[in-house]
Amino acid sequence: MTAIVLKQEPATRLEWEKVALFVLLGFALVAPAFLYPLFLVRILTFVLFASAYNLIFGYAGLLGFGHAAFFGLASYAVAQSTKTWPITPELAIIFGVSVSAIAGAVFGWLAIRRQGLYFAMITLALAQIVYFFFAQVDWAHGEDGIQSVPRGHFLGLIDLSSNTVMYYFVLGVFLVGFLFSLRVVASPYGEALKAVRDNEARAISLGYNANRIRLIAFTISAGLAGLAGGLNALSFQLASLSDVHYLLSAEVILMVLIGGAATTIGPVLGAIVVVVMQNYFAQFGAWVLVVQGAIFVACVLGMRNGIVGTVDTIAKTWLKRARKE
Amino acid sequence: MLLIFGVPIQALTGQLMVGLINGAFYSLLSLGVAIIFGMLRIANFVHGAQYMLGAFVAWFLLNLPNIFPGVGLPAVGYWSALFLAPLIVFAVGALIEFLFIRRVYDLDHAYSLLLTIGLTMVIEGLFRLQYGSSGQPYEIPELLMGGRNLGFMFLPYYRVWVILVSVIVCFATWFIIERTKLGAYLRAATEDPELVRAFGINVPMMLMLTYGFGVGLAGFAGVMAAPIYQVSPGMGQNLIIIVFAVVVVGGMGSILGAIISGFLLGIVEGLTKVFWPEASTTVIFVIMALILLVRPNGLIGKVAK
Repeated sequence: MTAIVLKQEPATRLEWEKVALFVLLGFALVAPAFLYPLFLVRILTFVLFASAYNLIFGYAGLLGFGHAAFFGLASYAVAQSTKTWPITPELAIIFGVSVSAIAGAVFGWLAIRRQGLYFAMITLALAQIVYFFFAQVDWAHGEDGIQSVPRGHFLGLIDLSSNTVMYYFVLGVFLVGFLFSLRVVASPYGEALKAVRDNEARAISLGYNANRIRLIAFTISAGLAGLAGGLNALSFQLASLSDVHYLLSAEVILMVLIGGAATTIGPVLGAIVVVVMQNYFAQFGAWVLVVQGAIFVACVLGMRNGIVGTVDTIAKTWLKRARKE
Repeated sequence: MLLIFGVPIQALTGQLMVGLINGAFYSLLSLGVAIIFGMLRIANFVHGAQYMLGAFVAWFLLNLPNIFPGVGLPAVGYWSALFLAPLIVFAVGALIEFLFIRRVYDLDHAYSLLLTIGLTMVIEGLFRLQYGSSGQPYEIPELLMGGRNLGFMFLPYYRVWVILVSVIVCFATWFIIERTKLGAYLRAATEDPELVRAFGINVPMMLMLTYGFGVGLAGFAGVMAAPIYQVSPGMGQNLIIIVFAVVVVGGMGSILGAIISGFLLGIVEGLTKVFWPEASTTVIFVIMALILLVRPNGLIGKVAK
């Protein structure tokens, strides 16, 4: 098995990655002027979801295949809590994130006993428990899901019922979550995480508790996935079974893989590409499943290096040419 | 009426039978997944779709005169389908390996997982386009129709047949892989492909046939399932996740473990339906979690690498 992760980040990446991130941020600030805000919300929540997944897949080297469980748990927690309790949206989201993080700690604790494909199968099975739970309990309303979730007032003051206001609220929360994930990776803990991924035996011999480091990453990742799920449920005023379905777990792997694992901008680009493609292919009606499957196959066979790897190569050749001239 | 734990004995034995039947299919399917996983290091998510394919091939064979009217094709019945359908699914599997799977052997597991999920979506999606989500009926062969009333339960012949045949096929497969020379070559080819190649054995061909064989088992299970469950595009969809859990419970690359835990979990699931119906969908996953706590390497697991 070859590692999917580039051991050392090329110097050219640091240049273009930063520029691209700032361009995207600038775009995000003005985008509602010419794009449907809820479509942008979808992109933001999935970028956050993909970045959360990148923490365990890219930086911890764990192939989790049940991340929809954490996305969906928070989604249902936020939907049900705002519907039944008189709480503000930010409290509902904190509640949702806590539920997901706790579930992440429990699932992670069980699953990190095994690695590789077994880790994938175990997380999938655990996520399936969550799926059947929401498929069966009365208050989740089965196939219909929890509908017409109230968005409420942010801090009890700002009405979120307008889509544009909602978008900027999501953008704000998104930035907090996204920057937090970057901070985790850049911290000394993040370095330990990468060390465990690259050479577990060596990290252990240096005194690191490998499984505890992995478990922390899994819990943080689950919490951030919950943040994405909670924002999604609040914005679309819906929590449904597709939020906990294994296909969503597969999609988030796809996003990170075609963007570029263990990079900052990879999950961002991957999520944007996947959401835009899905939006485009939704018009194919009955063919959707076939087309989506074909995309999975094509991406796996055709996008080995991911978007980031491809751009890195292009940037390198440009740089070489520029130096020659 | 005789009661056991407050449950009528007919309900208990009835669900026990259902559990055994489900267990037979879990075993057949986990066996194929365990072989492919153990030999090729691929989590074959598309196994459920290949099982569905087996059932549909049997249905096609039976309905040949209706599908191609005027050509004069004969209707191929259950007994012939039992041999033909697995062969056809084997060929499809070998083709899938040749076209797709072999391209991801050397890559991270995430690639093979996404690849097989994508293939599942394409195959199931195509069948859904043609047949919707409703099921096509498939008759039990005449020889095995009916059953016998044992007093405490009704015993349908076809179900007894399914259980017997599954047990025989499962253990024959275990014998071939663990106890014959062919099996030894196979295991060697996955342990050290370079060395086995030096002996003049065509390793890529061998891997292709192994994948085809595992998939053929799924096709076989599909034919067996056709008269019990209806033949429908979604019949393998949720099954594959249960099968993955069964493989985890059975233990790392353990073929015997997959067989035994398949039957065991089927029975446990059936009994859960009697005592706590709501939990029957998740009981297998919960047991998997508990087994992981007590025996991280599964019931019959070798030590993980």
